Amino acid sequence: MCNITINGIEVEARDGITILTAAREAGFTIPTLCFLEGTIPQGACRACVVEVEGAPSLAASCCTPIRNDMVIRTNTKRVRDARRTVVELLLSEHEGDCQTCVRGSDCELLLLARNLGIREIPFNTVNPVQQIDRSTPALARDPGKCIKCRRCETVCAEVQHVGAISAQYRGYDTVIGPAFASPLATVACVQCGQCAAVCPTGAITEISHVQGVWNALDDPKKHVVVQTAPAIRAALGECFSLEPGTLVTGKMVSALRELGFDAVFDTNFTADLTIIEEGTELLTRLKSALVDKKEVALPQYTSCSPGWIKYAEYFHPEILPNISTCKSPQQMFGALAKTYYAQKIGVKPEAMTVVSVMPCTAKKFECQRPEMDDSGYQDVDYVLTTRELGDMIKMAGIDFINLPDDTMDAPFGTSTGAADIFANTGGVMEAALRTVHALVTGRNLPAEDLHVRPLAGLEGIKSAEVTFTDTVENWRFLEGVTARVAVAHGLGNASDLITHIQETGEVFHFIEVMTCPGGCIGGGGQPRFTTDEVREARIAAIYKEDEGKTYRQSHLNPAITEMYEQFLKEPLGETSHHLLHTGYTGKELFTQEV
Amino acid sequence: MCTTQPVSARQPDLSESSLIPVLDEIIDSYCGTRGALIPVLQSVQNLLGFLPAPALQYVSRELNIPYSEVAGVVTFYSFFSTVPRGTYLVRVCLGTACYVRGGKEVLEALTKELGIRVGETSEDRLFSLEIGRCFGACGLAPVVMVNNTVHQRVKPAKIHELIEQYRSEGMQEREVQ
Repeated sequence: MCNITINGIEVEARDGITILTAAREAGFTIPTLCFLEGTIPQGACRACVVEVEGAPSLAASCCTPIRNDMVIRTNTKRVRDARRTVVELLLSEHEGDCQTCVRGSDCELLLLARNLGIREIPFNTVNPVQQIDRSTPALARDPGKCIKCRRCETVCAEVQHVGAISAQYRGYDTVIGPAFASPLATVACVQCGQCAAVCPTGAITEISHVQGVWNALDDPKKHVVVQTAPAIRAALGECFSLEPGTLVTGKMVSALRELGFDAVFDTNFTADLTIIEEGTELLTRLKSALVDKKEVALPQYTSCSPGWIKYAEYFHPEILPNISTCKSPQQMFGALAKTYYAQKIGVKPEAMTVVSVMPCTAKKFECQRPEMDDSGYQDVDYVLTTRELGDMIKMAGIDFINLPDDTMDAPFGTSTGAADIFANTGGVMEAALRTVHALVTGRNLPAEDLHVRPLAGLEGIKSAEVTFTDTVENWRFLEGVTARVAVAHGLGNASDLITHIQETGEVFHFIEVMTCPGGCIGGGGQPRFTTDEVREARIAAIYKEDEGKTYRQSHLNPAITEMYEQFLKEPLGETSHHLLHTGYTGKELFTQEV
Repeated sequence: MCTTQPVSARQPDLSESSLIPVLDEIIDSYCGTRGALIPVLQSVQNLLGFLPAPALQYVSRELNIPYSEVAGVVTFYSFFSTVPRGTYLVRVCLGTACYVRGGKEVLEALTKELGIRVGETSEDRLFSLEIGRCFGACGLAPVVMVNNTVHQRVKPAKIHELIEQYRSEGMQEREVQ
């Protein structure tokens, strides 16, 4: 331990931590811009400078380790002046159209400028004209608003192992963007939007679908239905200053009705359906391997996360046969809404608009994949991020906080707790194990509260084992078999896990991959700013939602049973195959000559 | 006198089949070396005269470094070029010492003499013009480098003579080939 003094107060701090960490843990506020929790500090922006007694110059607190007897001051004239100059210089190169910028109260640069009391920018700078890059379905880049903090680059390369963007050119001409500042669509970007999630300004944002949704809602000829992903209910409240982890399921439904949607549905329903289809697919693969002794692609990987799918198509095409052919719950929903539901209510699919609310930017890309039209039309028309839904609720003048609770509509409104936990890292696997164990043995998964604890939490790669005993007749070949499962979240962890399996030959049967750290609750479309503390709060809320459900295993969802009886007939059957399953194709890393 | 070898006397063969063995040889020689990217890029450019996109993409894949990062390094250092350069790369120093001793006027004279701007290559592919920020020869300012040869205390009035020497040498080389 070190004894240090911050602003005259003696503080005991752990050895080896930085001044920033020590100060924050002791309750002192130090502003930061380029600092990104969990990654190597850059020391690029200098907004976090502090005075260290005896040091000739100010120290960047994010990358200066503490020493015993260090005397630190975070609030002197010298510090305040330096920080103000740093931010004034940043502002001089920043296109600040703050009134119309998509970033409002959550713009960190704006907040910092306000907090430092900046009232004018003393530097006259003529900035290079920057083109806004709208070349991809999900993400827009506006380099004019970029302050070169390089958080996006860090998260893209270090956390996601994608490396789509990096600093190009030098000095005044620096652009943080794809190779040679070419459009994002020409490089291997997986559209996960973690860059947009960590950007302090409006330099990277989702491509907005808000106007398209308003247009559909305002069109009396359109039957507009909405589905909401499980992760929204634990995060939407943050758009209205509620604490992270506040469950707002009922208020969210009320708000969607007030916005004018004709029916409010739950992506949870198709999450339950995914478990039936994907679980059956896994059991079929295991049967082929164990009974028929055929060559089967194992381990099976989950397919819910479109960023992960695109990542595998670019960087690991060799494992595409291992990825479940199940569409993601969003796309299953779209395909069923425009077929089963459209028939049921007598609406032509072309007169139906399917809107998703997702914690995700990659879902905007996914709904536009050319193969996602099994209804005969684009199955999902618009995808709103959690943030965009928050914006629409504000635009409509809805008093969200005081809304009463409402419930989702039939037939896609009933879901089990197993579907809720799709939002969390480890959740899809836990949901699958609950159902697979029950199907194979006729008994509940032998786990306290049905939770597979080793798969929960923010550890990057997790694994667990389940042994099947006293199996029922259909699945007797699994008697005594130990299923080994693994979970990775964040594409860097997924990549490490794949490499580990390829190098060591360690046997796993089923692997869950979620693109974003923490799973969907930490998605690129969630309210800013998502720290690990926020992730944990949202994860806890989702488990709470699960535990409050009547049914907590997907195969017990009565609406799913009815769907199979009336429409799908059987898992992996012909209708399922047509509407609920898909295929993947390897993608070239370099699609276009520079 | 002109003693330098041309950077690339001939247009290099950039077809994939001929490029890959050459690149493999360069990359293998840096196998396992930390910070291999810059020396690999230097070797490739020395060989090809510039850094074509397919070569950069191959380097990115083989060194397992994101293409954005490779391009970031290439665009950061003025030494690297992604377009073919002329036989003679003419670099004018505009570092502080050269600048105050007339580097800018030397550059103007060169622009006029060669008929190209900074970053461009002459139509006959003999000359490319670049600027540099200090070649570490401030005592000789203003300095112009032509390939690896340093020309000291260059005067704008002598530019025509200097370039003519290279021009005739380059033309002769071509005729031999």
